[in-house]
Amino acid sequence: MMDLLPLIVAKYNYWLYVILMMIGLYAMIAKNNLIKKLVGMNIFQTAIILFYVSIGYKRDATIPIIQNAHGGHDAHAAVIHAADYINPLPHVLMLTAIVVSVATFGVAMALAVRVYQRYQTLEEDELRMRLVDIGPEK
Amino acid sequence: MNNYPALIVVAPLLAALFAGLAAWIEERLSYPIALVGLAVSMFSAFKVLMQVIDSGAIQYRMAGWAPPMGIEYRIDLLNAMVLLLVSGIAFLNLIASYKSVDQEINDRAGSFYTIYLLFVTGLLGVTATGDLFNLYVLIEITSLTSYAMVALGDRDRGPLASLNYVFIGVIGASFYLLGVGYLYMQTGSLNMADVANILSGIHGSSTVLVAFILCMIGIWIKMALFPLHVWLPNAYSYSPVAFARIVAPLMTKVMVYVMIRMMITVFGREYIFETLNLADAVVWLATIAIIAGAAMAISQKNLKKMLTYIIVCEIGYMVGGAWMGNQLGMTGAILHILNDALMTFALFLAVGNMVYKLKTVDLIDLKGLFGKMPWTMTGFVLAAFSIIGVPPTCGFFSKWYLILGAFEAGAYHFAAALVISSLLCAVLFFKIFEISFFEPMSKGHGESHASVAIEEAPVSMLVVSGLVSLSLIIAGLYSGTIVNTIILPFLK
Repeated sequence: MMDLLPLIVAKYNYWLYVILMMIGLYAMIAKNNLIKKLVGMNIFQTAIILFYVSIGYKRDATIPIIQNAHGGHDAHAAVIHAADYINPLPHVLMLTAIVVSVATFGVAMALAVRVYQRYQTLEEDELRMRLVDIGPEK
Repeated sequence: MNNYPALIVVAPLLAALFAGLAAWIEERLSYPIALVGLAVSMFSAFKVLMQVIDSGAIQYRMAGWAPPMGIEYRIDLLNAMVLLLVSGIAFLNLIASYKSVDQEINDRAGSFYTIYLLFVTGLLGVTATGDLFNLYVLIEITSLTSYAMVALGDRDRGPLASLNYVFIGVIGASFYLLGVGYLYMQTGSLNMADVANILSGIHGSSTVLVAFILCMIGIWIKMALFPLHVWLPNAYSYSPVAFARIVAPLMTKVMVYVMIRMMITVFGREYIFETLNLADAVVWLATIAIIAGAAMAISQKNLKKMLTYIIVCEIGYMVGGAWMGNQLGMTGAILHILNDALMTFALFLAVGNMVYKLKTVDLIDLKGLFGKMPWTMTGFVLAAFSIIGVPPTCGFFSKWYLILGAFEAGAYHFAAALVISSLLCAVLFFKIFEISFFEPMSKGHGESHASVAIEEAPVSMLVVSGLVSLSLIIAGLYSGTIVNTIILPFLK
């Protein structure tokens, strides 16, 4: 137990993303309402986005804009240390992933609207009963 | 340097844009645009394949940025073959689709062709790309378009089936993305070749192990490996038949390609088969998938549903072959990507013809179908023989390689599963033949049994169906050539 605590504190970003991801996964599996499942899906995707954002971070580093790039006053301004800047690549990747997750969410919402228009409910157990009612499959 | 590799993917993408715009003006314009886009794509894929066979792998830099910074399309023998397969099937299916789209979803033909083109763009991009993150984005393009397509189909069940597909699809893609994140943490690169170089020095790392497992789980969900298959049967059988005909042969096969690409190019066979001790477990999983898929197929009463379970079974063949850990098994798996895509396509073309005439394809609807639709049924019989694995058809040869591979690896349970599932498929298809050949047409049609009028599907659908069914025999006869010029040089 004493060994575990420093481990959790040192890597708290990973623990947080895993917890968030499991909350999302739980909602997607266990919830009965389709909209709650969609919320769970969004939490799940956001957890992964946070994971990527956190792996780009470096201690004591600044945003990735090169300082004194345009011929500052001293000569060694041109020397750039990668350790001084956080890694922008995971953040840029996540811009794309956010676009993907927004698109997925939009499609899923549209489908939920269609389901609601057809069956007047979004509860899974009721939907299952309605499906039995409309008879054998085409 | 020519631009054919980019053109394969860009042509359908641009065509999708124009088809979507044209549908606003006049719905009928989008079909010829789609046809031109896919024809250009197929021609480019053919050119690329010839070029790769002649002079080896092509590296195409998107917009001229050098890898590992830029995104690279790396086309070797394996994906050149899959690219031609995907673009060819997409093009042929588009020809057959004109009539069935007209019948099934004529009020939304413009959107159908636009989404169709985007779906094909996604599949081709997944196959061509050499960048791990780009692969994720393209997988999501493919999935998003197929969610929309499934919802276009059966208006009662389609949206709900599609929504369940969204939930599982998102979990699959997210696992893959997470795996790529761990790979990036360890290697600092997203280019497949670059990552492979860096990984070869750090095989013991547990980060790499986590990355590998997450990527594989994500890909397995997307390819519907048993027990992660539950989304597939509903999604495929409720989608419009013109889409079911392309998603069933291609989607899962392209995901198998992605798995093989990750295994061979990114992680490397030494890592998977020497450092990790997972191969036996995965072959067992594949064995169970084969048996379970065949058993579930045999208990279905609807032809479309039955065929979707056969896909689950075939996925087991390919996964098992790829994880066998020897040359023969891998050859069988790659050859089966080609053969299974062709034979599933042939089966679904025949089913598409039946749906066009009969509307529903429960097994009892098929009575007397040999008399009514002789040409369709001929195509169906050829495709069924190929699935069972009757010698002159291509299905036999890939199964042969898989069984040889299983014996070499000592995986007798896998070989037994192959044989059992072939027998189960034989039982299942002969049941269909019996119903459609011997049982008379149901009374409802009010005609005398002696003179059943031939009522075939439209010529465009029949021609495509016939061509693809013949290609099963041709691919079977030339499988030696395919193995020697494409697969063995690739595996070397």
